[in-house]
Amino acid sequence: MAPKDTGGKIRVPDAPFRPGEEASFENWPWKPGDFPMPDPKNCRFEDTVDLANGLVRVLDDDGNASGEWDPGLTAEQLLEGLEHMVRLRIFDDRMMKMQRTGLLSFYMRSLGEEAVAIAQTMALEEQDWIFPTYRQPGAQFVRGRSMVSMICHCIGNEEDNIKGRQMPVHYSYREGRFISISSPVGTQFSQAVGVSLASSYKGLDEVTITWIGDGASAEGDYHYALNFASVFNAPVILNLVNNQWAISTHANFATGMGSFASRGIPFGLASIRVDGNDFLALYSVTKWARERAASGSGATHIEVLTYRTGAHSSSDDPSRYRPKDEHTHWPGGDPVDRLKEHLIKLGEWSEDQHKELEERIDGEVIDAYKEAVKFGDLANGPYPSADTIFTEVYEEMPWHLREQHDEMMGG
Amino acid sequence: MANMNMIQSLNSALDNMLDSDPDVIIFGEDVGYFGGVFRTTDGLQEKHGSHRVFDSPLSEGGIAATAFGMGLNGLRPVVEIQFADYIFPAYDQIVNEMAKVRHRSGGEFWSPVTLRTPAGGGIRGGHHHSQSPESQFTHTPGLKVVYCSTPYNAKGLLISAIESNDPVVFFEPKRCYRGPFYGDPHSVPTWAEHPEAEVPESHYTIPLGEARLAQQGSDCTVISWGAMVHVCEQAISDCGVSCDLIDLQTLVPWDREKVVGSIEKTGRCVIVHEAPKTSGFGAEMVASIQERCFYHLEAPIERVTGWDTPFPHTTEWDYMPGPSRIAAAIVKTQEE
Repeated sequence: MAPKDTGGKIRVPDAPFRPGEEASFENWPWKPGDFPMPDPKNCRFEDTVDLANGLVRVLDDDGNASGEWDPGLTAEQLLEGLEHMVRLRIFDDRMMKMQRTGLLSFYMRSLGEEAVAIAQTMALEEQDWIFPTYRQPGAQFVRGRSMVSMICHCIGNEEDNIKGRQMPVHYSYREGRFISISSPVGTQFSQAVGVSLASSYKGLDEVTITWIGDGASAEGDYHYALNFASVFNAPVILNLVNNQWAISTHANFATGMGSFASRGIPFGLASIRVDGNDFLALYSVTKWARERAASGSGATHIEVLTYRTGAHSSSDDPSRYRPKDEHTHWPGGDPVDRLKEHLIKLGEWSEDQHKELEERIDGEVIDAYKEAVKFGDLANGPYPSADTIFTEVYEEMPWHLREQHDEMMGG
Repeated sequence: MANMNMIQSLNSALDNMLDSDPDVIIFGEDVGYFGGVFRTTDGLQEKHGSHRVFDSPLSEGGIAATAFGMGLNGLRPVVEIQFADYIFPAYDQIVNEMAKVRHRSGGEFWSPVTLRTPAGGGIRGGHHHSQSPESQFTHTPGLKVVYCSTPYNAKGLLISAIESNDPVVFFEPKRCYRGPFYGDPHSVPTWAEHPEAEVPESHYTIPLGEARLAQQGSDCTVISWGAMVHVCEQAISDCGVSCDLIDLQTLVPWDREKVVGSIEKTGRCVIVHEAPKTSGFGAEMVASIQERCFYHLEAPIERVTGWDTPFPHTTEWDYMPGPSRIAAAIVKTQEE
């Protein structure tokens, strides 16, 4: 017998706001100081349930820091963080302009998310491994990579350390323990667990940090990572950056529940949601997770709650799928402005000094750009030699590649 | 008839099928509200409703598995894998599940899924936005594999793929979405004046398994698919040799009769694909051709392919077969 027609349909979610609509996020109920800090070394994952469903904040809307999660950074450390963030934003703007003129094929900015990689990398030790996505290039500034070297990669010239093999922003920086970025989203998340388990195996005080987007957390790799990290008690920090948008796909399509952070709980992982535009809270939560991992108490799953202010990439036009001014309504504000306000509140900074900083860095970025294009750019060359197509496919070139190499170079 | 680029003709095929078959359902990453990163599903959600055309989680394995399940229960899902390079998380579902269920269930179950996926290079996409992985699927019994090349065949083949009760992996050469590609990266022609851009607005089909004779000649048979068909056209014009140009269109099952007939006439053959050489579909064709045409061949069969290396970003024009490499191979077959 045929089942009767229920008239039902697949329930398909939607984004909260679409072009032409007025975006309005309800104010976050969470305030700095809402949550006590459990002992990272000894607390059980069950003790983090409130942290996973809540939101750790240190900075309030007026730039004041408070609560147990205040990491107590010195003014010098705060200014270092601010400078890295300002540098990343200006660097991104310059690269985007170069992309528009054809000097590089493609670009992805970190706009609105500058605090994420920068605060989190600053909270690590220098021996710790970084396994990023394309939205964490800022970690390289913390690890000391020169802008000239980064630009040479982006414009695929003769000095590109990865020899023009990948698209821009797919950095690799072994010196800074910053592992090569891959385009397929999510793959690094479970690989990072493996990196951290090698540290366990070798008995080294190394922690691995990795990130994944809200969208990519629908990939299997995300779930593999949580399970393997839990089963093997891996010294890894698993960050899910919930910036609301995966190209045009809203986070509502990545999960049917409210908190991404709390997904870690049923895996048996300490889980925390943190305000991703709050430099201090990010630093503090990461420091906590590092201490937990290093002490042998295992992985922490962190939801970094933020907003992708810019387009996904230079190929994307967000005005087609979200209100143009949606980011101005984001209750987390802007990460650079918030740290700047905090430093001004502390009497350690001023608008004039900030302007001077921006001007100085703008000059540095322009100088780096001029230096980099001396080695060529994507529009005009010179490029890495064509025979780099064949090198490093294998450790040693097998006969069939040797033949094809000779055919190409001779033909 | 209307003049359409390939994006528009694919969109038209999907629109026709949504109109005519209530079991057709479309989903994938960014295909709903936004209309796809290449705009292929533009306007379809608005017209047909968000329960028929919708965004999915970013999960190629989940997309393939869910489509497979829907197909088991009577729907006809058409899903998009945003780039062919991203199809591999779905590989298990496609290769072990979709492809085999008809056989493993003794014909009790089948799932008529169509997986559309933009493939191939020429857009500065580097390692992971450029690959052409057709032979990873031609090696799987139970799958049909299609590779379109023009607005006209894109629509007719896609409708056939959707109407097929077998699962189909449908490759779209992204470099040809907005115009044919003749191998010169600096020349960006549109489809506007091209005869293959005259596309009926209504339903029509091109049978799966039939190749297209894109050009007729006497001295060499050039076989290709996807964007390389147009590069071959340029190469043939450059070298001046009179060639049959066969656009294979369907790789599994491929049109052996047309290929054999042509080679019996010309005695010479060049196979061109942008995927790497080793275990590429060209290798399968060479083996089959020598079985059928050994005594008609006047020269060794030539293959012009991508190198056996990952697809590069900056140096992609040194990687992709261009008109000069293809022309040299055609000329070489004439020297015997």
